[in-house]
Amino acid sequence: MAERRYRAVVIAASTGGIRAIRIVLGAIDKNFPLPILVVQHTSPDANNTLASVLGSDCRLPTMTAIARQPVEGGRVYVAPPAYHMLVERGPRLALSVDDRVCYVRPSADVLFESAADVWGQGVIGVILTGANEDGARGLQAIRSRKGLGIIQDPAEAEMAAMPRSALELAGADHVLPLVEIGSLLNQLCV
Amino acid sequence: MHASELVDIEVALFQEAIKRRYGYDFSGYAEASFKRRVIALRESFGFRTVSHLTERLIYDPLLIREIIGKLSVPVSEMFRDPIVFRHIREEVIPMLATWPSINIWIAGCAQGEEVYSLSIILRESGLYDRAHIFATDFSDDALARAEEGIYPQREAKKFSKNYLLSGGIGSLSDWVTTGYQRIRVDASLRRNVTFANHNLVSDGVFGEMQLIMCRNVLIYFSDDLQDRALGLFRDSLVHGGFLCLGSRENLEYSAVSAEFSALEGSRGIFRRGSRG
Repeated sequence: MAERRYRAVVIAASTGGIRAIRIVLGAIDKNFPLPILVVQHTSPDANNTLASVLGSDCRLPTMTAIARQPVEGGRVYVAPPAYHMLVERGPRLALSVDDRVCYVRPSADVLFESAADVWGQGVIGVILTGANEDGARGLQAIRSRKGLGIIQDPAEAEMAAMPRSALELAGADHVLPLVEIGSLLNQLCV
Repeated sequence: MHASELVDIEVALFQEAIKRRYGYDFSGYAEASFKRRVIALRESFGFRTVSHLTERLIYDPLLIREIIGKLSVPVSEMFRDPIVFRHIREEVIPMLATWPSINIWIAGCAQGEEVYSLSIILRESGLYDRAHIFATDFSDDALARAEEGIYPQREAKKFSKNYLLSGGIGSLSDWVTTGYQRIRVDASLRRNVTFANHNLVSDGVFGEMQLIMCRNVLIYFSDDLQDRALGLFRDSLVHGGFLCLGSRENLEYSAVSAEFSALEGSRGIFRRGSRG
């Protein structure tokens, strides 16, 4: 059996993202072996239900990230509202209340850049709909280390700004409609 | 080598320099966040590389206070996570009232937002006169600002909303005055507050506490340093004393977890030694 190329998936979305993330996660195979880390921009006052909403169609256990939690394959970790989520060596999760990045916390750049530092070429970064530039630098960090970049086709995204700015700054290995992203992840990772 | 790995080398050298030159040990900090903070520090000074920052750090001792200020815990809000302060009002305050005198330690007080939030709760519940708050931080810059108790006016609306959500029985304007684009907390709120420098990395226990608040500080620490800080908290707390961490922090991955129990229905509030 070939050694697995990828070790983790990071996904980010902003406006329109709840629906988009549900569609991507809903297509993930129940045997998906990698951890999936998710940033969805929300109001800082958002309650605790974000993870269960995002995971409602997902066959993998989906949870709100806890500080220092070990990162395990086959699980979905969602950044809590008002906290940055980072990956530390281990790999383990870390949270931070440091300044907003691109006006948001949690920020996709923070997650993606830390994931690139820990997993190097083993990261798949996915940028979905949003009206923000967050995630572009993060995806650039991933692709500069030979990780894989997947961007939702801006033409079909509810808000095109986030996928478009990621495409302009970082470029992509795949630009796809939402419904094809989950199956590509299955093909690459399962 | 990837550019980001070059920065890792620079951050390690910066860390070594600040320890050897000024005695501040950041080796127990979680790496990813610390790296981001050092990069943000470099940007704030306009240096092209972290190595330039390190050079200035070594040769310009006047900068260390500002550097420590910028590397320490960021600004908070008054009554941040109002639900937590509601739990403090409703669950913790009635228990604190059973002690004849009440010592409270706010570890990592940053710019004092939580010090004054707690002072207001103590005043509104009639416990302030027998309470004493020790507000500590390892940044002298932060302590000076905390002692001033002045915040930008643009925060007033959020603070006020948080205050009400926390179960406030009056109005935040009872406790702050507004003017010159700033809000200033009433001086009476720091009557029973001692601001002091204390570093969780290197300093020890200094008193017996009924309540310790240390919110969103341990998330920046690696395991060993977290366990050191939690050990200090355990040794400082009286039996049945309360430990209030950030609402996303818990003791699950710590060495002291067996010595605390979570306060039921709360997020991040624990009691020393009590079971059930």
